[in-house]
Amino acid sequence: MKLHEYQAKQLFAAAGIPIPPGLNARTPEEAAGAFETVKRQCGNSPSFVANVKAQLHAGGRSKVGGVVAVRSPQEAAEHAKRLIGHQLVTKQTGPEGLPVTSVLVDERSTLAVEWYLALTIDRFHAEPVVLASRQGGMDIEEVAEADPSAIIREPVDLERGISDAGCARIAGTFGCTGGEVGVVTQIVRATWKAFEANDASLIEINPLGRLKDGRILAVDAKVTLDDNALFRHPDLAAWRDECQEHPLELKASRIGISYVGLDGNIGCLVNGAGLAMATNDIIKLSGGTPANFLDVGGGANVEQVANAFSIILSDARVKAILVNIFGGIMRCDWIAEGLLNATQRLEVTVPIVVRLQGTNVEQGRRLLGDAKRLNLISVDELADAAKKVVELAGAR
Amino acid sequence: MSILVNKNTRVIVQGITGQAGAFHTEKMLEYKTQVVGGVTPGKGGSAVHGVPVFNTVQEAVKATGANATVVFVPAQFAYSAVLEAVDAKLPLIVIITEGIPTLDMVRIRRRIARTPTRIIGPNCPGLITPGECKIGIMPGYIHKPGSIAVLSRSGTLTYDAVYQLTQAGFGQSTCIGIGGDPVIGSGFVDLLGLFQEDTQTEAIVLIGEIGGTEEEEAAAFIRARMTKPVFAFVAGKMAPKEKRMGHAGAIVAGGKGTAAEKCAILQAAGVTIIESPAAIGQAVKAAFSSKRPIRAPSGSR
Repeated sequence: MKLHEYQAKQLFAAAGIPIPPGLNARTPEEAAGAFETVKRQCGNSPSFVANVKAQLHAGGRSKVGGVVAVRSPQEAAEHAKRLIGHQLVTKQTGPEGLPVTSVLVDERSTLAVEWYLALTIDRFHAEPVVLASRQGGMDIEEVAEADPSAIIREPVDLERGISDAGCARIAGTFGCTGGEVGVVTQIVRATWKAFEANDASLIEINPLGRLKDGRILAVDAKVTLDDNALFRHPDLAAWRDECQEHPLELKASRIGISYVGLDGNIGCLVNGAGLAMATNDIIKLSGGTPANFLDVGGGANVEQVANAFSIILSDARVKAILVNIFGGIMRCDWIAEGLLNATQRLEVTVPIVVRLQGTNVEQGRRLLGDAKRLNLISVDELADAAKKVVELAGAR
Repeated sequence: MSILVNKNTRVIVQGITGQAGAFHTEKMLEYKTQVVGGVTPGKGGSAVHGVPVFNTVQEAVKATGANATVVFVPAQFAYSAVLEAVDAKLPLIVIITEGIPTLDMVRIRRRIARTPTRIIGPNCPGLITPGECKIGIMPGYIHKPGSIAVLSRSGTLTYDAVYQLTQAGFGQSTCIGIGGDPVIGSGFVDLLGLFQEDTQTEAIVLIGEIGGTEEEEAAAFIRARMTKPVFAFVAGKMAPKEKRMGHAGAIVAGGKGTAAEKCAILQAAGVTIIESPAAIGQAVKAAFSSKRPIRAPSGSR
């Protein structure tokens, strides 16, 4: 589960990672008030400048007016009004953009240097790892590609945390000396504390900045939490912002279906994530393009199959559907019954190619054949089924 | 020979009184797996499908001489259930449970480092040595004893692959689903070595998917250590970047971990790449029926 910057910074503050003073605002009035409050917290200087930062689950916002400098409460309110309640399109959001429902108003400080600091799980070695780079403030994947040696990795020991030597190497990569080594060490350890305490899967501070006045602060914050661990953190689970999620994907996830919209015109209904990906692949190999990835889950009953169809058909581009089920514990005759029931109830008119394999496959295929539905075509082999569905989608 | 499990494996089921635990206990018994006991705290003294239930793993092991456990315990309690099995010194722990927090698995992996305990899973279908022992939730009847090993990150796609192999006339030595989570007990590399040593196994079918580095690590291992032929299918060529496709593990991050890259790296290590998920059985058949060497010699050997 992704967090907003303002939420991530609350976790940072609790763990002891220094952040710029700031407040989240949901209306222009709140933004004006936030400006005044933050200005006071920063010593009420007449030259005080704040950022108004659109809160959305995507990067690239500063290039499209999602982060602006403001010098008065009026200006803060104006930009809040411009952003809140509107879609913001960045290079990471896709053409439809993401809705902005709040803005973070925080101190805008002049950065002398920008670094990159992140913590994630090294899957292969099964250990948390800190990633650090002197090249902050830019896309870390581009850094990784252009100069992999610019990123250093320090493992985290679950009991001992990050060693003094490891912290010193991170400070060294940032070019810090003297007292700053201690400051960086404290920040690195606080980052691990935030990661562990909240069951994060990724914490990214980009940039971690040294300001002109010498302070070192987490200027931006990106946190993704481990969905599997949310049962331990009901307070954090309540932070989920559903308006940042694709409506169909959200609807599907609520009922235990895993759905991802793609660009093509062939709807897919499959049991199992691996088989669902493989089904997308074979459609492509056969010259078609899938409209979606859909894993109906393990216990696919009639209701679940009907739900899956209604999700697939919400996409008006779908011209034909491929159902690919490998019945294990889930028997093919049950699946066939579910299919017949669901397609009748939903009055599905697009052609459906069904490939059943596995437990009770003969009974399943017989049920489909006996139903004599014109738009329901049972094909035994996956390769033939893919070919057929591509042909049908192309003809419409 | 097969690997890890055979007809002498004595299995206990943790979470045997739950719905999934009880259901699959019955299926494992039908497959003639030696399910010798079950564990559910507070339910000791009862029985499920004739299998005695104990309160703790320790008791179950002492009473039954079990040497493997399969965990169906819900995710919230799986961590302590697995540690209980580790403490009881069970050499094989198969975790079927889906949804275990990643940091719990990191803690478990740290706990079993430098111990002989091997974990398969979590979030996996389990493993089977056809005709001898099934520990998990796969449909038993699609398997047939033979010499092809199947090693996979998926569930139903593995069943499809096994089914194709059986149809093509190729039985299996041992089939293992390693699980789709970010941190798992045993990866491809951990298990490929066992198959290389196994006298029954003549070839390995590897089923990978996008995300993570399992396939890349496997390729390095295959190049350096494997002489048996390896076939691979990698799912997710169509997956858009940065989109999750069901499993937590299936994330394409940046330039690393795409299906195309994984296939290229595996191919460079001498692995036969299977392009279509429908051609897994046929690919093995074609290789074995031709007189050509199945595996292209790789540069390093």
